[in-house]
Amino acid sequence: MPQLNPQPQIKPAHEGVILTTVEDLYNWGRKNSLWPLQFGLACCAIEMIAASMARFDIARFGAEVFRPSPRQADLMIVSGTVTKKMAPQVVRLFNQMPEPKYVIAMGACAICGGPFRDGYNVLRGIDLYIPVDIYIPGCPPRPEALLEGLMKLQQKIAAQRLTGPDRPPHLNPGASGEFPVPQYGPHDLVGPQLAKPAKN
Amino acid sequence: MSAHPYLFLALFAAAALAFALTPLALAWLWARFFSPRKPGPVKNAIYECGLDAQPTGWVQFKSDYYLYGIIFLIFDVETIFLLPFAVACKDLPFAACLAMLLFLLLLAEGLAWAWAKGILTWK
Repeated sequence: MPQLNPQPQIKPAHEGVILTTVEDLYNWGRKNSLWPLQFGLACCAIEMIAASMARFDIARFGAEVFRPSPRQADLMIVSGTVTKKMAPQVVRLFNQMPEPKYVIAMGACAICGGPFRDGYNVLRGIDLYIPVDIYIPGCPPRPEALLEGLMKLQQKIAAQRLTGPDRPPHLNPGASGEFPVPQYGPHDLVGPQLAKPAKN
Repeated sequence: MSAHPYLFLALFAAAALAFALTPLALAWLWARFFSPRKPGPVKNAIYECGLDAQPTGWVQFKSDYYLYGIIFLIFDVETIFLLPFAVACKDLPFAACLAMLLFLLLLAEGLAWAWAKGILTWK
């Protein structure tokens, strides 16, 4: 028997019926046509490819159109180990994606470096340089986990407001869509980070 | 008074235009209010492979390269005409063969001229 939602979503009173309807339509369209960027970094990419194939079929969620160009992509699935050599390229590709854009960090490596965290050449999480919306733990996560993460992202998109102070950054003219690209230093990546990596 | 016979065509043309332009106008309006443009040096970069383009594309080419183009044409045109000539060589009258040889001589003369001018040596 279907359960009734005990806490129905109440829209803020200052937004009219028309705007909220438009907002729902806009979010509905966006969440059901997320086009991922076609790039894989390591073994998690194999699971991502499996998720796009017929058995798991990411097309059920409208996210099967993997784009080879960042200019046409909405979603970056960081699938695998981000080495320090690859990190500037990942950030640059993210910067080249048009807004609204979202990031899924897939697997332990993309989240925090994973088993290679203490390696000299592995980035301790891609969220040091670009904002991550959804974290999918696992090593590697199964395709079902990626689909679960995609559904979580869809819920997140559906809840985004068009106006107001808590609107997403792509609707805010003041919020920059570009993040600083790290540079190769003599021993490590140099450049501003969004956060400090956690200590072991 | 009956309507102009082409009135329907005009109506259809107007409807077709509106059908095509209305979504574009709506998208433009939407972008105007809800999708602020945020261009930047990285976003506007030419390449989409994640790497910076190393040298700039604004390099000067030597205009002398047109000579290489022309010399290439000599060999190119020669091949195009030589092949059918070789196939039909036995059945051709003497005058046609002579004309073809003259043509070859002209091309060879052009090559000899370029050679003598020192164009074939790569500098």
